[in-house]
Amino acid sequence: MTSESPIIEVSNLAKSFGEVTAVDSLTFTVRQGEFFGFLGPNGAGKTTTINMLTGLARPDAGAIRICGLDALANPKAVQRLIGVVPDESNLYPELTGFENLCFCAALYGLPKAERSARARDLLRNFGLAEAANRKVAGYSKGMKRRLTVAAGVIHNPRILFLDEPTTGIDVAGARQLRHLISDLHRAGTTIFLTTHYIEEAEQLCQRVAFIVGGRIVCSDSVERLLQPAQAKHILQIAWANAAPDLPRALSESFPGLTFSAPRQGLIRVEADEPIRVGPLVRFLEDRGAEVSEARKIQPSLEDVFVRLTGIEVEAMRKEKEKAGPPQ
Amino acid sequence: MKQWTAFWNILLKDMRSYYLKPPNISWGIIFPLAWTAMFLIRSGGRLEDVFTLLPGVVAVSILFGTTSMLAVTITFEKRSRSFERLLLAPISLQMLMMAKTSGAIIFGALNALVPVLMAAFLVNLSQVSWGLFLPAVLLIAVASTFQGLFIAVAVTEVFEAQTFSNFFRFPMIFLCGLFFPIATLPAFLRPLSYVLPLTYGADLLHGAVHGGHTMPFALDLAMLGLFCLALFVLSLRNIKRKWILQD
Repeated sequence: MTSESPIIEVSNLAKSFGEVTAVDSLTFTVRQGEFFGFLGPNGAGKTTTINMLTGLARPDAGAIRICGLDALANPKAVQRLIGVVPDESNLYPELTGFENLCFCAALYGLPKAERSARARDLLRNFGLAEAANRKVAGYSKGMKRRLTVAAGVIHNPRILFLDEPTTGIDVAGARQLRHLISDLHRAGTTIFLTTHYIEEAEQLCQRVAFIVGGRIVCSDSVERLLQPAQAKHILQIAWANAAPDLPRALSESFPGLTFSAPRQGLIRVEADEPIRVGPLVRFLEDRGAEVSEARKIQPSLEDVFVRLTGIEVEAMRKEKEKAGPPQ
Repeated sequence: MKQWTAFWNILLKDMRSYYLKPPNISWGIIFPLAWTAMFLIRSGGRLEDVFTLLPGVVAVSILFGTTSMLAVTITFEKRSRSFERLLLAPISLQMLMMAKTSGAIIFGALNALVPVLMAAFLVNLSQVSWGLFLPAVLLIAVASTFQGLFIAVAVTEVFEAQTFSNFFRFPMIFLCGLFFPIATLPAFLRPLSYVLPLTYGADLLHGAVHGGHTMPFALDLAMLGLFCLALFVLSLRNIKRKWILQD
């Protein structure tokens, strides 16, 4: 489904708000039909980038081409080809789900009969048919998110921009939303997803860019980013009641292995060869540690993100907790 | 055609969501009623005063109806981010803002009809020059709505919109010749009257209702038109600067 031809081309994009640089010389492309992830912590510049791509903010410098059009010179022509799902619902609470979708379709000039048919189809596909005639003010957060996504695709856009789509909704709702987004991608829509849930991007995206402090630190396919990490063997050992200098003692006794302590009571062991668990556990127990778990870890995109950006996993987790429940 | 579909649906939604709600309809009736009653009581209930009061009550009804509604609805939509959905739609900013303001213009013009209907019960309105009165009502509604738009763009909170609106509206009641001739104002205040659009609207209405105007009608119409254009252009520029370009 993905073609080599670029559908979004961004070069040297920059944006500052007073003294604060939100986006600094961003250059990237998204291919037609691709599921592209734009990942970074809160305040990294993800939303500012989306705002510039969708015509809601003007860059200080740089160029944007979308579907071959200069997005800065022809923002309205570009807006006809794109759908945008913001990080918060921007629907009308006083209207019903059906009325909201019909209204959004009218903004794109769809004829009346087509508006109603399309709204009904989307409400059914997004599991909202029964709530179609209820006012959106009474919808749950998950229902509002689904309706916002439906509103974003009411005019069959070629590209769908999704800004933190699963933030703040429950696990089941997030899972359902991810399925819907995957379906849209399978149907041929190019997806541009921003998220700080790295595992979500790993699950959905074909290619990702990591953005930190307004700059892209790395951009590649998920597969290629994971390759070097997956060549490594990683073991995680949970323990209690041991001397604090245990990681140092381990390093001295097992020179072929790399040890780190991501948090108190947890040791992470990395090696190029398979790791033998027995000698390590015995070593720890001989020194009074109570080992409760030792398991092999499959390196994730989050590990790659942490390695490339230097942002601690714990910091990312705290951000997630602040933003909403874990997905 | 697609632009007009969007225009019509934005207008229709606003009429349903805001202007045709029972509290606003009752506001549109009670407000002019209260103003008329207040001035009639003050004048000792003389029916001949209806002709001198009518232009002022009509103008105030339009001014308060349009500025309150538009400033509040746009600020409310901006706060709830639903205005962002409109900005993301493939319709020109001019068309979008025309659609957003049309509801308020219609609401304001309908508000003007309430005191007219009330006056029709009290006096014979056959002397009114409707050919001048109706364009004057429309132009005052447009100018007042665009003032509301200008205010909506300048503020971020709904309560600020109300406060800022009152900051303009109440002095205008006294400075624009609605109930007191401008000539009776202190000399230092008079120049201020001529930089307010309602002065020209009120002059038109006085001329249309009882012939007591002080400026040529052509000048009144031209000035009101100029104010409409200037306020709309200024508001669009501010929207681009503050809401779209996010400089």
